[in-house]
Amino acid sequence: MSTNWNRKDLLGLRELSSEEINFILETADAFKQVGAREIKKVPALRGKTLINFFVEPSTRTRTSFELAAHRLSADVINISATTSSLTKGETLKDTARNLQALHADILVLRHSSAGAPQFLAERLKSSVINAGDGAHEHPTQGLLDIYTIRDKRGKIDNLHVVIVGDILFSRVARSNIFGLTKLGARVTLVGPSTLVPREFEKLGVTVSNQIDKVLPDADVVNLLRIQHERQRKEYFPGIGEYTTLFGLTKERAKSLKPDCLVMHPGPINRGVEIDSEVADGLQSVILDQVTNGLAIRMAVLYLCGGIAT
Amino acid sequence: MSATVIRGGQVIDPANKRDEVVDLAIVDGKIADTSAIKNHKAETINAKGLIVAPGLIDMHVHLREPGFGHKETIGSGARAAAAGGFTTIVCMPNTSPAADNPATIAWIKDRAAKTACVNVLPTGAISKNIAGEELALIGSLGQAGVIAITDDGHCVQNHELMRRAVEYARMVGLPVLDHCQDYNLVGNGVVNEGYWSTLLGLPGWPAAGEEAIVMRNILLAELCDHHIHCQHISAAGSVRLIREARARGVKISGEVCPHHIALTDEAIQNFNTNYKINPPLRAKADVDAILEGIADGTLSTLCSDHAPHAGFEKEVEFDQAPFGIVGLETELGIFIDQLVYKHHRIDIVRLIEMYTVEPAKLLKLRAGTLSVGAPADVTLIDPDLEWTVRSDQFQSLSRNSPFDGWKLKGRAVRTIVGGKTVWKL
Repeated sequence: MSTNWNRKDLLGLRELSSEEINFILETADAFKQVGAREIKKVPALRGKTLINFFVEPSTRTRTSFELAAHRLSADVINISATTSSLTKGETLKDTARNLQALHADILVLRHSSAGAPQFLAERLKSSVINAGDGAHEHPTQGLLDIYTIRDKRGKIDNLHVVIVGDILFSRVARSNIFGLTKLGARVTLVGPSTLVPREFEKLGVTVSNQIDKVLPDADVVNLLRIQHERQRKEYFPGIGEYTTLFGLTKERAKSLKPDCLVMHPGPINRGVEIDSEVADGLQSVILDQVTNGLAIRMAVLYLCGGIAT
Repeated sequence: MSATVIRGGQVIDPANKRDEVVDLAIVDGKIADTSAIKNHKAETINAKGLIVAPGLIDMHVHLREPGFGHKETIGSGARAAAAGGFTTIVCMPNTSPAADNPATIAWIKDRAAKTACVNVLPTGAISKNIAGEELALIGSLGQAGVIAITDDGHCVQNHELMRRAVEYARMVGLPVLDHCQDYNLVGNGVVNEGYWSTLLGLPGWPAAGEEAIVMRNILLAELCDHHIHCQHISAAGSVRLIREARARGVKISGEVCPHHIALTDEAIQNFNTNYKINPPLRAKADVDAILEGIADGTLSTLCSDHAPHAGFEKEVEFDQAPFGIVGLETELGIFIDQLVYKHHRIDIVRLIEMYTVEPAKLLKLRAGTLSVGAPADVTLIDPDLEWTVRSDQFQSLSRNSPFDGWKLKGRAVRTIVGGKTVWKL
């Protein structure tokens, strides 16, 4: 199976071919079936050690990777920024070299600096899996979003995917843009002009500041979290105005096509980027995303872990 | 009497409008008339096929002492300068402590006298501790022997404080050099704001962040009737602003670093921190505008912004790495290769002028000329020599160069300071 895969690392979707992306999706299909069995565990990574190295906090992604690794029978250790030597002034390179000296086979890295996973991948023999680096990429999130769309709609090609929100600071948006455009989707980015610079059009997508014009033509609406903690206040005047201009309210949701999917990478700000009724409504596939994330991460760990020896 | 004669080289001395194949005589550390050595035994240097230029001046380097001797010392920085063909270097004040007081200037001069093989000329800070809040002791710095003031690495944001600094510097007779960066516009930017920052999710440093301060400096140069020199120009808009202001007679000028013409922001795509520079590498349109600015004289001086950092400091996450690259040992080769051979923007005579006459005029230095009686600072250049940059062979203590492995044409082969050869290929 791994004859179609020769990467020890997964750093982003920009560097992958459409064939490689499809191969991950197909591999995830197989692992999704494992999740439906009574015994949800396979011995694929038995004897291998995975370190979840989360320099930036995360619950959902870390848990998903941890569970995925357990289901592949790997040994898992979690390290967070506060419990690592980074707080004692050790450099990322030294910390990672120490982890490698402990014979870690796979390093899953979440980091606030764009490029940190590539930095480590170039220096370590271990597999490095990017679990989100700054505003750069979050490839497994992009893959699970694409997997969910493909699962529900049967294809990606020619679908119109609308991504709404804070695009500028979003690694989820970038991974989605790279992956979706490679697979032939039409992508429109929507949000305030301060958070969706026109420069994005050079990535082969459409930029809009008018959500009401875009929604009726959407096959998928992916709402990104408005990240209070990271915003400098000059990017937009306030949360209330954001919701008025860009929130997926109950009213706005009425303009969606009946088969349009509503997605969100979580965690949701109910009442800000999305109304509760829409988040919990029939078109919402938000919890499917979480379930599919497990299969995607099993596939990625299995493929990359099988290359790094 | 000690005498040397440099035989058979092409003497290019823009200060005296000389460009001819002729012998050059040095007597007791000064340029002499060749007739003066006719009856004396003189050491002979064969310069056939070489350019004999006035010793080159790099008016923008960081020597890191005091405070950061693990990156560079005044001695090692001077050796790097000599290896690059430079006989005079102007060092920036962002040391620790900052060069904002006469005692630190005295220490730098003492250290240079004891350890440096080229002329080291210190600048002083504009503001105390380069914090941009109160004026440094500009008058005392002048008396201590600084040749200009600058907060390089930082930028005075308060226009009123900058205005007073320029007025005060005018009284003292010191030129003002400025690192042009508007902190609000630049924010936490680390790379040029544009296609690559968007693609990579790295915080953008917009060209407007430089242009806004260049504009400020033009207004203050007019208001105070004093010269302001804008350091390391990177953006097309800055070139246009300086061109227009100079046409009106405003006392404003700008300098160019080799990386801002040899590289674009495309280079950052693998997050290699040897491409992390402040101001950042910009887009091709900016490179083209800078080349045009060099060709039409808008940008008048060339320099390196030599910024050494230890490997362990640069080998970190991109946004956390310090800005800057070493440049003393590659800049001449890059500029000859790019400006003369690749883009045909200027000839070698103008290039030498931009490294000698122009900075000497700006900083009022007794340097940059081969006039009889001038200090015998001479650089021999082989304009045809093809060579490969090897950062592991640098004289500098640091290796943070984006040009490692580059094949270049043209380099200095001998550097003479005060009549003494301080470096030879």
